[in-house]
Amino acid sequence: MRIRPRGPRGIVEGDLTPMIDMTFQLIAFFMLVINFSDVEQDQRVTLPASELARPPESPYEQPLTIHLTKQDRYIYAGRELTQLAQLRSELLRETQIILRHTSKKLSDVTVIIRADESAKTGIVQEVIQTCQQLEFERFALRGQQSELRTIRARAP
Amino acid sequence: MKIRNSDRREHIVLQMTPMIDIVFQLLVFFVFTFKIVLPEGDFNIRMPSASASESSEPSETPLLKVRLRATPDRELASVQLGDEVLDSGNPFFDLQSRILTLVDDAAGPGSTELEVEIEADYDLKYRYVINAITAVTGYIDNGQQHKLVERVRFAPMAER
Repeated sequence: MRIRPRGPRGIVEGDLTPMIDMTFQLIAFFMLVINFSDVEQDQRVTLPASELARPPESPYEQPLTIHLTKQDRYIYAGRELTQLAQLRSELLRETQIILRHTSKKLSDVTVIIRADESAKTGIVQEVIQTCQQLEFERFALRGQQSELRTIRARAP
Repeated sequence: MKIRNSDRREHIVLQMTPMIDIVFQLLVFFVFTFKIVLPEGDFNIRMPSASASESSEPSETPLLKVRLRATPDRELASVQLGDEVLDSGNPFFDLQSRILTLVDDAAGPGSTELEVEIEADYDLKYRYVINAITAVTGYIDNGQQHKLVERVRFAPMAER
């Protein structure tokens, strides 16, 4: 079989314009939606929904976040704790750090409680009580923003 | 003047490779640092410990007690405002209606001195407490938020 001699090869240039367009669109999208804020969220906690839960108007000065899971476990500073006494000792250490290294009072510190919607109310209250014993006063009960009305009917 | 023959133009090839490299690097960076943040919000409550609050200010504000009772499987059994049991199909709506009436009778929405104390069963699912707090603290009408009672606290826990 005779092999045909090939002619001079031309440079094949794909049209890159659509790909570059698309890539720039993607970059623009991600640049706009990126959020560098250090939000403490945890996948183990499903927050209760509320239409009135609104983000705070200004960020808290000295927030402490305590997560409470469905299995009645506490998550504090990335560590999962099973006993309230463990949480108490962690918080006690935190209070000492705050008092020694900042000029803030413990009553100015906001304790953010991110409790799962199926967590026991009593456990949430125990956490609040423990914080009160350590002289924390401000609490923020965190909920998930919801467009749906949790209180079904409209108020008169 | 002689015009040069411009038939033999040089074909200028732009080097796209470095730009595409950088663009892809940026894209990969943004994709990996992207995290979905669900919108969250807070209910702020101020609850000094019982001893501190007793010593600093004697409570003179009218206190409404909301009791939430649980069924054995930890669902909501009943809602009680003071001595009245709200046993309709939608107890939180009833609770909100009662609070709205009380606030209107006092001084108008948002300017009330009322304080609500929530007493819930230990095992009750937390979402019912948030529902009660939602019902008590305000409502949304025509996309606008109206405040009702701003001072909410939990009742001291009973010994188990």
